[in-house]
Amino acid sequence: MARVVVDVMLKPEILDPQGQAIAGACERLGFSGIRGVRQGKRFEVEVEGEADDAALAEVRRMAETLLANPVIEDFSVRVE
Amino acid sequence: MTARVGVVTFPGSLDDRDAARAVRLAGADPVPLWHDDPDLKGVDAVVLPGGFSYGDYLRCGAIARFAPVMNELVPAARSGTLPVLGICNGFQILCESHLLPGALTRNRSLRFVNREQAVRVESTATAWTNRYTEGEEIRIVLKSGEGNFVADDATLDELERSGRVVVRYVGEAPNGARRGIAGISNEHGNVVGLMPHPEHAVEELTGPSTHGLDFFTSLLAHLADTSPAAAAATG
Repeated sequence: MARVVVDVMLKPEILDPQGQAIAGACERLGFSGIRGVRQGKRFEVEVEGEADDAALAEVRRMAETLLANPVIEDFSVRVE
Repeated sequence: MTARVGVVTFPGSLDDRDAARAVRLAGADPVPLWHDDPDLKGVDAVVLPGGFSYGDYLRCGAIARFAPVMNELVPAARSGTLPVLGICNGFQILCESHLLPGALTRNRSLRFVNREQAVRVESTATAWTNRYTEGEEIRIVLKSGEGNFVADDATLDELERSGRVVVRYVGEAPNGARRGIAGISNEHGNVVGLMPHPEHAVEELTGPSTHGLDFFTSLLAHLADTSPAAAAATG
């Protein structure tokens, strides 16, 4: 069994009010040097067998079909 | 024959009963449809109601899009034959299904907006708005946390150019929606999605107005125009 991680982020041009709110909180709490925050999602996908090319292709297909909305989000797939 | 209008209930749908009531008040027969049943029961049109289908898990509408009931609905809607109205969560489901372009994201304010909202009907060339007049302002309920409509500039320009912006917020968009867009249609005009709720504005007793009722009477006019009998009469 292997673990494949899918990270999903709003595209850079899409407004992220949650990230902005977090950045605002950082400033209030005194965390210095924070220029901006964008919030995304991390999916940990357990696959059967090895994370070979076929398995990664399947996860990639799953990411673009279900995990991410390609209209507003980008995703990346990696083995961890 | 009385028109039969399906109203889909997903786990977490809230406004299916109100949608069915609006359908009935407009003079059609509401037909309950269940998310897990692929059968559309031969209905003439479908309403995807508001609520929080599947708890809004993943993204609003992202799971509902793959419900068995959508198997028959999506191709029939895409082909232009089946009229579909998506209200609030229903609009989100239509965008996730790629029946409508763009996406609905978190309100710019991060606050759930719950209020009477003035919107302007900008297109009457749809199955669901033909009884309004272009530019008419109506007052209906808006209640959503993820109603911020986004799409890239090219998509927005195309929507505007082809007259597919169906309703727009009057004044500043309360959720940050791009170009104040509250609702859009597909290229055939049979699929319409909007964030505010016409089905809550169909009776004086319970709504801010009765301005929403004409979404449903428009459908009946559309069905009468496109029925086989009407086609035969016009030859």
